[in-house]
Amino acid sequence: MANSTQLKTKTPAEAAQRASMMAVIAPALGWLIPGAGHMIQKRWIRGILLFISIGTLFVLGLMMQGHIYKANGGDILDILGFIGDLGAGGMYIVTLAMNGGQGAIAFATADYGTKFMIVAGLLNFIAIADAYHIAIGKKQ
Amino acid sequence: MTIQLTHFSAAFVFALFASVVFGITHRETTRDMIRYGLYCFAMFMGGVLIAGWAMWLVRR
Repeated sequence: MANSTQLKTKTPAEAAQRASMMAVIAPALGWLIPGAGHMIQKRWIRGILLFISIGTLFVLGLMMQGHIYKANGGDILDILGFIGDLGAGGMYIVTLAMNGGQGAIAFATADYGTKFMIVAGLLNFIAIADAYHIAIGKKQ
Repeated sequence: MTIQLTHFSAAFVFALFASVVFGITHRETTRDMIRYGLYCFAMFMGGVLIAGWAMWLVRR
């Protein structure tokens, strides 16, 4: 009887362990796939909206032939650009793997594309922080 | 596949998606999220229009 009751209800220690696990998993997943950190915590609409917003910005940046930064130790602006791009997580990795984001200096709007991709990554950093706050119970 | 957005449409798309993310991440309740998202969007677009007209005045 006692065992079946224990199986049904979580002890505070179990709940705390689950919360601490989620505090690691949600941001990691959110980095890999924008919005997934919210979706895994059952914030479906927020997660889908984040995925659409960040994903569309990144893809539009690619379609505008923006430049994607790689890891570098050179110019400070290049390093900052890399950090921004890195925030897009999975999309950044896939783009690098497909050798995309080469940039086209022939188009004036290609520079907008570069900024779109950096901002998509930076917005994803904010979304990751939000997913973490939900996981630790700081936000609903 | 490539696209070329105009300056205004690029600013509009940027403002729209950035406002959605700001609204979701910076407020607690759904109502506040929508209100803050709309506020951010208005500020982005207002800034674009003011900056555009300012540049037009400087150019003359």
